[in-house]
Amino acid sequence: MTGRYDFALRLGDDALIAAQRLGEWTTRAPEMEEDIALANIALDQLGAARLLLTYAGELEGAGRDEDALAFLRDDREFRNCLLVELPNGDFAVTMAKLLFLSAYQLPLYTALTECGDERLAAIGAKTRKESAYHLDHSSLWVKRLGDGTEESRRRMQSAVDQVWPYTQELFAADPAAPVDPAALRADFDAVVFPVLDEATLTRPEAGWAPAGGRVGVHTEHLSYLLAEMQVLHRAHPGANW
Amino acid sequence: MYGNDFSPPEDAPGGGLLGEVEAAEAALREAAIRSRRGGAPEPGVDLEAYFTDVIEADQKIEPRDWMPEAYRRGLIRQIAQHAHSEIIGMQPEGNWISRAPSLKRKAILLAKVQDEAGHGLYLYAAAETLGIDRDELVQLLLDGRQKYSSIFNYPTLSWADMGAIGWLVDGAAIVNQVPLCRCSYGPYARAMIRVCKEESFHQRQGFEILHTLAHGTPAQKAMAQGAVDRWWYPSLAMFGPPDGDSTHSAQSMAWKIKRFSNDELRQRFVDMCVQQAEILGVTIPDADLRWNDERQAYDYTQPDYDELMRVIKGDGPCNRQRMEHRRAAHADGAWVREAAAAYAARRAANNMEKVSA
Repeated sequence: MTGRYDFALRLGDDALIAAQRLGEWTTRAPEMEEDIALANIALDQLGAARLLLTYAGELEGAGRDEDALAFLRDDREFRNCLLVELPNGDFAVTMAKLLFLSAYQLPLYTALTECGDERLAAIGAKTRKESAYHLDHSSLWVKRLGDGTEESRRRMQSAVDQVWPYTQELFAADPAAPVDPAALRADFDAVVFPVLDEATLTRPEAGWAPAGGRVGVHTEHLSYLLAEMQVLHRAHPGANW
Repeated sequence: MYGNDFSPPEDAPGGGLLGEVEAAEAALREAAIRSRRGGAPEPGVDLEAYFTDVIEADQKIEPRDWMPEAYRRGLIRQIAQHAHSEIIGMQPEGNWISRAPSLKRKAILLAKVQDEAGHGLYLYAAAETLGIDRDELVQLLLDGRQKYSSIFNYPTLSWADMGAIGWLVDGAAIVNQVPLCRCSYGPYARAMIRVCKEESFHQRQGFEILHTLAHGTPAQKAMAQGAVDRWWYPSLAMFGPPDGDSTHSAQSMAWKIKRFSNDELRQRFVDMCVQQAEILGVTIPDADLRWNDERQAYDYTQPDYDELMRVIKGDGPCNRQRMEHRRAAHADGAWVREAAAAYAARRAANNMEKVSA
């Protein structure tokens, strides 16, 4: 069962951790245009995170703003899905993660626009346009890599196989949430399957389904990510930046 | 989202210089309207003299115009090095994206580094109008045969360095680049107008970071001062060697690529910074800095030009690291670029088949 606070926090954490990972690509992308694109997407995710965390803080009513929520919670208090905290890996892993994330966020944000909560609806209206761009960008790359060279195809298939199990956590049923994630699965499949087919990739079988992010039981990766993200903020309690 | 909630006084960063950029933009438009020469010069005209006339008349040389080979080569070198600087210059600031102390600062920094990549692309495109392609230029950088600005070989050791880079490094870049908005080569002048506008915004952001720190906790103040202490002289050195030792200057001035000497621009920068340092509440680390009434300018201690030469030659604190990072990104991405090319080629071939079927 989920209140609006938990729901906004989940979505905000997904976006924040995704932004942190995408930001790591800066200066490391395969081509300069892609450096710009990845920074652009990171910036969109960060913007969504700020709106969602700010709202979550207001719903909580304990005086926590976006920075208190981002920088002063420990890993056990983060509610992001495991998918977004996975390391970047090679470019194929990053594109597989981005494809799955945006194919989940697009119908989610779209559904938010009709959820009855005005703030969430407004956030959904803004962010779904960005998600559509992220989805377009990642779909194109998955196709290029899947249907590119032998090497890129091998890497893209391996990335999809590696990341796929983590998509299942995204759709765990929660009828009490403003948008029930289980209701998004069909939209996700309808977008992702044709992309994988066109990329000439094999669709992975359902099987191992790691989960735990939504209740604060994460992979070993998150604590390191937070250590880096929070180090400066935590070193200067109460400071303004 | 990235708005400044801090409004600096009128003569704070960007103010007057941004006005100069806008004036240069207007001048560029006027030069275009003054329909300068009815197309190409008549056959048999002395091209060299014709070129000189165009420069004298403050009109722009465009990609298809005849130009002396040395003008073309010099511009390629300068614009490419400028582009390389934008690309390498993403690294010192990129170093703090993951650790930015607030979400707002993280967003601003990400947007700034993204702008720098955009400036790099824009400048490479300007260089390409001179008949060389970007891949070649990138290879020259990776092989160490073309340089980038010496400043990016210094490390970013604290968050305050994001402020000092914005205020001092971007500040020096703007002072250097504003006159280039009037340079004789059209595509470069137009690129500089666009770049300067964004740089001016970046400089304000840096100023704002430092201002916040300098008015913060004792630890933040120390951080701000420490960053200014480390970045002051490297920023002064960005204007290049003193006029007497500058190899490209005379010709560049004659061709109206450069319009002021290194020392003139350096002086302008110092004069600008002294006032701003007062507003910021930081001290410029030069005990001999003082107003000279006779010259109506500040006297200041010159940067260590031997250090500048060492850094330019590859022995600065981060030269090896910056180059290794860029080479690694390029090498690691090779399979992705190859895949994109193979995919595009296959799609093109398929389309051809469809057309002929």
